[in-house]
Amino acid sequence: MKSIGAAVRDPGSTRRNKTGSWRTFKPVADKEKCIGCGLCYLYCPDGCISLEYDPDYDYCKGCGICAEECPVKAITMERE
Amino acid sequence: MVVKVISSAEAISEAVKLARPSVIPVYPITPQTKISEKLADYVADGELDSQYIRVESEHSAMSAAIGASGAGVRVFTATSSQGLAYMHEPVFAAAGMRLPIVMANANRALSAPINIWNDQQDSISERDSGWIQLFCETGQEAFDTVLQAYKIAENPEICVPVMVCVDGFILTHTVDPVELISQEEANEFLPPFTPVNAYLRTDDPMSLGTLADPGHYLEIRYDLEKAVNASKELIEEVGKEYGDKFGRYYGLIEEYKSEDAEIILIAMGSICGTIKDVIDEQREAGKKVGLIRIRSYRPFPKEALKEAVKDARLAVLDKDISFSVGGALFSDVRSSVNNESYGFVIGLGGRDITPDNIEEIIAKTENPTNDVEWIGLRE
Repeated sequence: MKSIGAAVRDPGSTRRNKTGSWRTFKPVADKEKCIGCGLCYLYCPDGCISLEYDPDYDYCKGCGICAEECPVKAITMERE
Repeated sequence: MVVKVISSAEAISEAVKLARPSVIPVYPITPQTKISEKLADYVADGELDSQYIRVESEHSAMSAAIGASGAGVRVFTATSSQGLAYMHEPVFAAAGMRLPIVMANANRALSAPINIWNDQQDSISERDSGWIQLFCETGQEAFDTVLQAYKIAENPEICVPVMVCVDGFILTHTVDPVELISQEEANEFLPPFTPVNAYLRTDDPMSLGTLADPGHYLEIRYDLEKAVNASKELIEEVGKEYGDKFGRYYGLIEEYKSEDAEIILIAMGSICGTIKDVIDEQREAGKKVGLIRIRSYRPFPKEALKEAVKDARLAVLDKDISFSVGGALFSDVRSSVNNESYGFVIGLGGRDITPDNIEEIIAKTENPTNDVEWIGLRE
């Protein structure tokens, strides 16, 4: 890679800033325990979780709110 | 050939006029120099077709320079001491954005106490900004260096801004004969600027100086480091090309009677003139003393210095101080060569540096007692 001037030629480059790299702990769901209540989907501050609980690890910062809110403790935070 | 008896401030303005920058943003109030004053004259008199922008501070001067350079035109600005300190933030941005701005800096002391006389603390404090810093010994060299600075900065493989440093008062306020070149000769040496890398334009819009997250920043800084290192070869090349055309040769360092010297003084800027006189006297008295003048402070000429110092004992003169360490140049020399070396802090805030001071430095290097000494302190 050769960079000249920290220049960005195409719009939408914010997506290239993969904030998932900030994560120390990663949320992992036990889908057998999941009751599909959707609370994790509602609470995720980065909109990284689908209703089926498939986290987008490119952008999930590992804040742990989903694990905290899960009523059946189906989500555990695992060290990266 | 035209020779004018002018100050280095005027010599720099003459060179800038020949370089034909499209935009000149300056803050023309203290601590400015005659550089901006003369350029304002040229523009007002129609001798120079530039956009002269009187901005409201040095921070704005550098910001405007960044904007204009980002738009792909040749830019010049000038500053000094507190002014340079005030533009500290965009000075780093200019280098990070790889904009080929050329700026003249009249080296003067920083507050406090308030002092407008010469030392080199101002530009030394910007040494880690990523700018190339070239220190001139005379008004003639200042004239020649401005033209070379554009050629270095604008090289598509380099794209790094260049600061041309001249000692405030000693060079900017005293006159010397300066040999000028013609506009035709200047055009031939320095053709109009055609940007080839990133720059702002309507037919291919882009963002400059954007956010780079931890996934990109390190590489971008590493690329700047590579460019600054690569500029060493270019500074030599451009200096040689200029010399072949106009008869005055410049490189990263200048060696003066250092070939067989047992003691070599290392210094930057106008003080080297006095040092050369003292060396001539000492040589006549049979002492093997020499000088290495650092012209390019950044990039630091590590390899050239290593080759030039051989096994001589070194005395490094600094018109700046990195408190509790000694001069910045001294630290750089020590980290580059293994020779026995001593640091001397001298001339801060415009204290006169006399031939006696230089002789004292040579004597103290012959019989050293301390690593770092302040020379010329009053009892």
